[in-house]
Amino acid sequence: MQDELTKKVISTMAATQHISEDKITIDSTFQELGIDSLDGINILFALESAFDISIPDDKAKEIRSVREMVDGVRMLVEAKSDGSTASA
Amino acid sequence: MQRRVVVTGLGVVSACGLNVNAFWDSMRQGRSGIHPITTLPPNQLRFTNACDIPDFDPNNYFDPKEAAYLDRFAHYGAVAAREAIKDSGVEFSGELKERTAIVTGSCLGGKASEDEGYVQLYRCNTTRCNPLTIPKAMANGAASRISFEHGLVGPTYTISTACSSANHAIGQAFWMVRNGGADLAVTGGSEAVFSLGLLYAWNAMRVVSPDTCRPFSKDRKGLVLGDGAGILILEPLETARARGARIYAEIVGFGMSSDAHHITQPSSEGAARALRGALEDAGMAPEEVSYINAHGTGTDANDRTETAAIRSVFGPHADKLAVSSTKSMHGHTLGAAGAIEAVATILAMRCGTIPPTANYTTPDPACDLDVVPNTPRQLQVGAAVSNSFAFGGLNAVLAFRAHER
Repeated sequence: MQDELTKKVISTMAATQHISEDKITIDSTFQELGIDSLDGINILFALESAFDISIPDDKAKEIRSVREMVDGVRMLVEAKSDGSTASA
Repeated sequence: MQRRVVVTGLGVVSACGLNVNAFWDSMRQGRSGIHPITTLPPNQLRFTNACDIPDFDPNNYFDPKEAAYLDRFAHYGAVAAREAIKDSGVEFSGELKERTAIVTGSCLGGKASEDEGYVQLYRCNTTRCNPLTIPKAMANGAASRISFEHGLVGPTYTISTACSSANHAIGQAFWMVRNGGADLAVTGGSEAVFSLGLLYAWNAMRVVSPDTCRPFSKDRKGLVLGDGAGILILEPLETARARGARIYAEIVGFGMSSDAHHITQPSSEGAARALRGALEDAGMAPEEVSYINAHGTGTDANDRTETAAIRSVFGPHADKLAVSSTKSMHGHTLGAAGAIEAVATILAMRCGTIPPTANYTTPDPACDLDVVPNTPRQLQVGAAVSNSFAFGGLNAVLAFRAHER
């Protein structure tokens, strides 16, 4: 069962790629989905906006699959909420 | 050894029609495409009418992701090129793909996408800009799309000289085919001006008419902005004949000049030099010309200056010329203007019908040419020229001859 964050990453990627969400699973690789380098940066932009995060360039370059993308986004979202808890 | 160059394919996207047939139907009936602006929300502009193209849905021509990755000016250019290539009936062999040039014109390129991208920064105060802004904004977007859509790998580039862009592009492509630098050319221009930022910028220039476009008419109040694209297929006469292609017309001359005068005010001497240059390049006597598709923007300055330029080049023969501005119908499409007007000029020659200057009401002594007011005219045209004069004082004129069938 997918959690909310995974669902949101997948729906954001689907919207950006103009493909159906059913085509994307947690195990899909970018290669399988036909995501090229321009698609990749377009997806990063959409995810940054959707989650209000900033994805660093060096990390972004290593991402090759949906699972890696979900893990990376989760890490950044958690870091952000930790930060806000700490400052609260 | 120079080759004769003919036009064998045409493509148009315009407020007067989404293809050549619909466009020509409007032209030959003198039907204007000027209408209330529909593609932008209500605003405080001084003008309310334009030639935007609300009927054009890119998703009818591209898959949705492809459509999203291109600016509207590239959509228009690619669609017009598709029509022109199909119309020409040319089959691209491997060798011809390498020997085909693509030369497009655009004044603004994808500035509307740029405008949209910067809204995030300037209005929404974010630090993010859409990463598609750069590839969508580049002025060669249409040329590149045409190249990879058809696998054409020869010389491919884009010329941006404001409102002369398309004529400069067609002229360059013509010379390339004539001199053997290419064996076929896909050439013309495309433009998409309807973003809020661009419309306010034009608004500030105070050259846009509050109602309609009345070229050469005493009560003219300015230009009307338009979107669109025109594309021509050019090839040597010999190869066109050999493959049994339909030949619309022969392109015979190209002249260009710079006013070196003022950044926005036109000069009749500059325009006249480009006109003379085109005739000279064509080996054409002024008396051979019977139709001029004028730049005819409907601004006070252009129409006066253009009249003076025509009189200076053609002398007494100026009174025998039919001179019309089809911008009165399809609007001023800036970097696409020369290409859309080349299509109008070529079809006028082919069909023996001069598209009129629409919306004309009152003669102006400063524009005392036969401007074919409001009513199309049956006229056999052996030779015609099409003018483009740009902000920045850059002028480009094309000359055509009818092809004897």
